[in-house]
Amino acid sequence: MSGGTYLGMPAFPEAASESTQNKQLRANLTHATHTIRDKRAKAVAELADWPQLRAAGAAIKNRTLRHLDHYLEQVEAAVEAAGGHVHWAADADEANRIVIDLVRMTGETEVVKVKSMATQEIGLNEALGEAGIRAYETDLAELIVQLGDDLPSHILVPAIHRNRSEIRDIFAKEMGNWGRPAPDGLTDRPAELADAARLHLREKFLRAKVGVSGANFMVAETGTLVVVESEGNGRMCLTLPETLISVVGIEKVVPTWQDLEVFLQLLPRSSTAERMNPYTSMWTGTTDEDGPQTFHLVLIDNGRTDTLADTVGRQALRCIRCSACLNVCPVYERAGGHAYGSPYPGPIGAILTPQLRGTQSKLDASLPYASSLCGACYEVCPVAIDIPEVLVHLRERVVQGGEVTLRGSRTTIKPAKGHAAERAAMRAARWALDHPAALRGGQRLAARTRRLHPKRLPGPGKAWTETREVPAVPAESFRDWWQRTRGKETK
Amino acid sequence: MRVALFVTCVNDTLYPDTGRAVVTLLERLGVEVDFPAAQTCCGQAQFNTGYRYETEPLVRRYARAFEGYDHIVTPSGSCVAMVRDNYPRIGEKAAAEGRGDELAEIAASVVPRTYELTEFLVDVLGVTDVGAYFPHTVTYHPTCHGLRMLGLGRRPVELLSHVKGLELRELPGADECCGFGGTFAVKNAAVSAAMGADKARHISETGASAVCTVDNSCLMHIGGTLARLGSQTRPVHLAEILASTEEHPYAPGGIR
Repeated sequence: MSGGTYLGMPAFPEAASESTQNKQLRANLTHATHTIRDKRAKAVAELADWPQLRAAGAAIKNRTLRHLDHYLEQVEAAVEAAGGHVHWAADADEANRIVIDLVRMTGETEVVKVKSMATQEIGLNEALGEAGIRAYETDLAELIVQLGDDLPSHILVPAIHRNRSEIRDIFAKEMGNWGRPAPDGLTDRPAELADAARLHLREKFLRAKVGVSGANFMVAETGTLVVVESEGNGRMCLTLPETLISVVGIEKVVPTWQDLEVFLQLLPRSSTAERMNPYTSMWTGTTDEDGPQTFHLVLIDNGRTDTLADTVGRQALRCIRCSACLNVCPVYERAGGHAYGSPYPGPIGAILTPQLRGTQSKLDASLPYASSLCGACYEVCPVAIDIPEVLVHLRERVVQGGEVTLRGSRTTIKPAKGHAAERAAMRAARWALDHPAALRGGQRLAARTRRLHPKRLPGPGKAWTETREVPAVPAESFRDWWQRTRGKETK
Repeated sequence: MRVALFVTCVNDTLYPDTGRAVVTLLERLGVEVDFPAAQTCCGQAQFNTGYRYETEPLVRRYARAFEGYDHIVTPSGSCVAMVRDNYPRIGEKAAAEGRGDELAEIAASVVPRTYELTEFLVDVLGVTDVGAYFPHTVTYHPTCHGLRMLGLGRRPVELLSHVKGLELRELPGADECCGFGGTFAVKNAAVSAAMGADKARHISETGASAVCTVDNSCLMHIGGTLARLGSQTRPVHLAEILASTEEHPYAPGGIR
């Protein structure tokens, strides 16, 4: 995995059939996801009112999304009244152009970044790079990903696929190319690695004139932005530079501070299993002689309004990016985050990416199928997103096509390519299952030929018999047994 | 009491022993069992793969087949979850597409009458000791649909704990999916196999003679994986254990 791009990545099953064979990756992921999932369960169990909090979180988000236009205008008015500037971006390209122009206006050629999913989603670092502006990631895990010319594989811990000896090697080899080199004789002790990162990053914090962030929440009533983090790098980026540019998805708004209270309980326990995260930064426009003197808020749509138009799929917009669903997902645990071909991996990615990007590419059409529908994700989701329901809904979109909203207008899309044989099989099966006599005929034929059934099947059946035996067909189906022994007794 | 058995297409075709076991068990408990022959399949595989329109005729068939029965009992957690969770969604979507309320009305009619076997035993009949005898070590895998969608909770374990001669072994990582997932098993065969291998390892670690679930589709994947790995643990549906008695003991092929 290299080059920092998702373009041209294979569909999920192909990517996963390789990644599941990677023993190192599997060991790293099993260890990390099981550790955090157990901790989350303990942290959540401490709160007796967790089900009520979860219901409140879902209800607040639903209400906000229902009146999103109203709350966004409230955010805009409040931010501008507090001295900030608000920009609206319909898609990734527009958002990137806006940020590039804003950085150019400062005359600077480098920015420091707070960890942000929205800027990953729009590919901001790459766009800035092409415009001659260097973006420095300052979150420890994002730094590891950036130095390793890698892609994030987890929403909260983007370098979860790396273990500490790999991180040591990346630091020793790459830090010098980006700034202060790693100390000689660096070992893989966590404290030493953190110290090397701290020294490397500090010179960037002290030098940078422009900071770029996302936000976890925007409080509409005061126009306040909120960033929740653990390391303190975010606080540095949000307070030291002269100019701050925050790129935020339009669904991040909450109406009031009272609403925010619910999410500040749900998010830390769900994501890092902490009762409260160490750093919560909040800012409202600008303040004279304190913090950035220029503040820009770039609100991005990038497929969100289209998602909102879908009555089943819109619940994905409730997501607060806690990543609890990734940590409990048996598919994510084995396939790893890169197989999802998007900054949003795991169960939430499998429903968010095909809605934000569409289902037309082979990769995006494969994502709704990257789940056994086991429901563990729904169970832990702090805003009760029924991910399995949305997965099946999107599978319909893939194989049946139908009405969707694309860039604001209702459009009928065709089924995705490559499902013709499956569709024919489903139709044939449905026909047989809707004709019990035909079903019985098939069962009897299978029973008569059962000695001849091969142990290893050809075609699609091969995917089953690679690792599993096929069940032996019985001499008599249940319905034949019933008819033979009881047929006369009941209807 | 007279109930309709919804045997399911998988059990009808591949696991008739499970269907026979449900009949034996319910009749032993004084329940009269019918098998309406118009029944076939709940449509779960079609629906979960995205073929909602191909599912609709099967929803109608289910309603027709079981018309007039107050209790539809089925030895498959995932088929019950299909009816309970997804039939109302199919009805809602059809109505939203301007195709009338027929499917929504069907859902409203069949959902409250459809019971997973252990729900029927514990909640309707009010029994946890069904007089069964099964002198083997057993580990129980709570399938995802049973555990998370239906919320079967302790019902299956309560029933197993009253089986004479049975020694229940706790399954490590029990709440993790076995990796079957219907068409997932072939569409994402690599991940499915990796999940299956981990489940099989946990099962083998218990040293149990049999692994038991409330769903033969998961058991087909688990048992197929165990057999390929040369394990001695046999897959057995819960109904077959509960049907077994001292007078008529049931011994699945090759069980220790």
